[in-house]
Amino acid sequence: MRLLRRSTPRNDKYGVMNMLREFLKGLFKENPVFVLMLGLCPTLAVSTSFANGLGMGIATTFVLVSSNLTISITRKLFPQRMRIPCFIIIIATFVVIVERILSAYLPELNRQLGIFIPLIVVNCIILGRAEAFASRNSPARAVVDGLGMGFGFTAGLLIISIIREALGSGKIFGVSISTEFEPVALMLLPPGAFLTIGFILALKQMKRKR
Amino acid sequence: MREQKFIVSPAPHLSSGVTVNKIMWSVSLALLPAIVGAVYFFGVKVLQIIGVSILSAIITEAIILWLRKKPVAISDGSAFLTGLLLALNLPQDIPLWLPALGSAFAISVVKQTFGGLGHNIFNPALGGRVFLLLSYSRYMTTGWATPRAGIISIDGITSATPLTAWLDANRTLSDPNAAENVKVLASQHLNDLHSSDTLLRLFTGNIGGCIGETAALLLIIGAIFLLVKGIISWHIPLSFLGSLAVFAWLLWIPGASKPFHGNVLFHIFSGGAILGAFFMATDMVTSPMTGEGKIIFGLGCGFLTAIIRLYAGYPEGVSFAILLMNAATPMIDRYAKPRRYGNA
Repeated sequence: MRLLRRSTPRNDKYGVMNMLREFLKGLFKENPVFVLMLGLCPTLAVSTSFANGLGMGIATTFVLVSSNLTISITRKLFPQRMRIPCFIIIIATFVVIVERILSAYLPELNRQLGIFIPLIVVNCIILGRAEAFASRNSPARAVVDGLGMGFGFTAGLLIISIIREALGSGKIFGVSISTEFEPVALMLLPPGAFLTIGFILALKQMKRKR
Repeated sequence: MREQKFIVSPAPHLSSGVTVNKIMWSVSLALLPAIVGAVYFFGVKVLQIIGVSILSAIITEAIILWLRKKPVAISDGSAFLTGLLLALNLPQDIPLWLPALGSAFAISVVKQTFGGLGHNIFNPALGGRVFLLLSYSRYMTTGWATPRAGIISIDGITSATPLTAWLDANRTLSDPNAAENVKVLASQHLNDLHSSDTLLRLFTGNIGGCIGETAALLLIIGAIFLLVKGIISWHIPLSFLGSLAVFAWLLWIPGASKPFHGNVLFHIFSGGAILGAFFMATDMVTSPMTGEGKIIFGLGCGFLTAIIRLYAGYPEGVSFAILLMNAATPMIDRYAKPRRYGNA
């Protein structure tokens, strides 16, 4: 239900402050990774290194902004009952674009991210924003929302990536920290992802309770 | 904390005088013969590993209980036992920070994040061991010391664990590209492993393996003590070892062995089967409550152990098997619920 709630009052929809709030909510109040807990599948799977996290974040942000814009422009054309398939087709189009670009220019990153690039199609954040926001709001607001949510997702991914890369392979941004430190290989495996996000959420809860 | 006037707790409500303290210290006492055996076979270094592991477990427990503002109940022996069991599941030639890290992980993540003693889903010692195995497999799969009196010196038996040698030999035999003379050597290894001489060494403990898992005889002495004292019941060990025996006998590796020809005694006495069946799978917190549930639990452990030993990448599967069945325990408890008194 939280998704469906209108986050801003109706008056002064295009004011700077309102737009800024729309953007910032994706980063903090409604952060997709740590608050809405959406799109956890790619978050947990590809956050093994900073480079992977950044690549995934940018790819998802691109798809999110583009699909939000397109859906918002065309929102009045869809019959109510057919809207979800229409969203999926639009999202899939942009995912194919991302996938082609990545395999042409960044084949190494494409190989690392593997199946999770095509799987952006079914990323809950994108479909969630399409359904809850883009299909009910003007294009300008939809783009701002997409940017905010995309950056929020990227930020979440990067936080987890940095922790897992540092502990799991002893590197920060791909550079080895110390030769003495023996990396904890478990952090690169799926349990490491769950442990990291679990502890981050626990810290968040602890702070909230105080 | 809200004050509660009435304490609502699940059955059983009768108090029998058996306390957490008594259970934990009795289990630790029951492990004493195995520790003495380990010192005899592998030297005094194992005491260092055991000490570091226990110390780290107790310190971690104290710190976290203090952080959680709970009574710092380290004298109940549960952290001590976790540290001890973890140390018994480690190879001998490892750097000392490894048991320290493993114990800290076992207590902090596997036990305390779930709510501490009585609330953990997984056996902390096994959780710590698997954490180390997955993170530092380099140390965890090669740190085997040669036991004191290596009577036979067949390659792969004195230097590695019997199960590693067994898996290697079977892999060679089932490999269609292996040369003929290599295969002959492999089947010779296998025969040596299945010989009564090796079985005797497996039983007495004079063979490669983790610190506390090699001496089946000494572990069984401790287990009998626990059975007599009523601290563990026969259900889990019997069904665990029974189903391991059946499946080890029945299952085969295509190309290397035939069905219904597995060596049962070899599988029961090698690796961590005895230690796991009597001391780890019987952990009260993480195993089912009823007799029926315990038997299902044990059957599952034995089956999974056999599957992992025969077909998976790791030579030993006891820890994974027990942890997987720990995860299934709430479900087993629902299924094996005792019939409500007074209901038809």
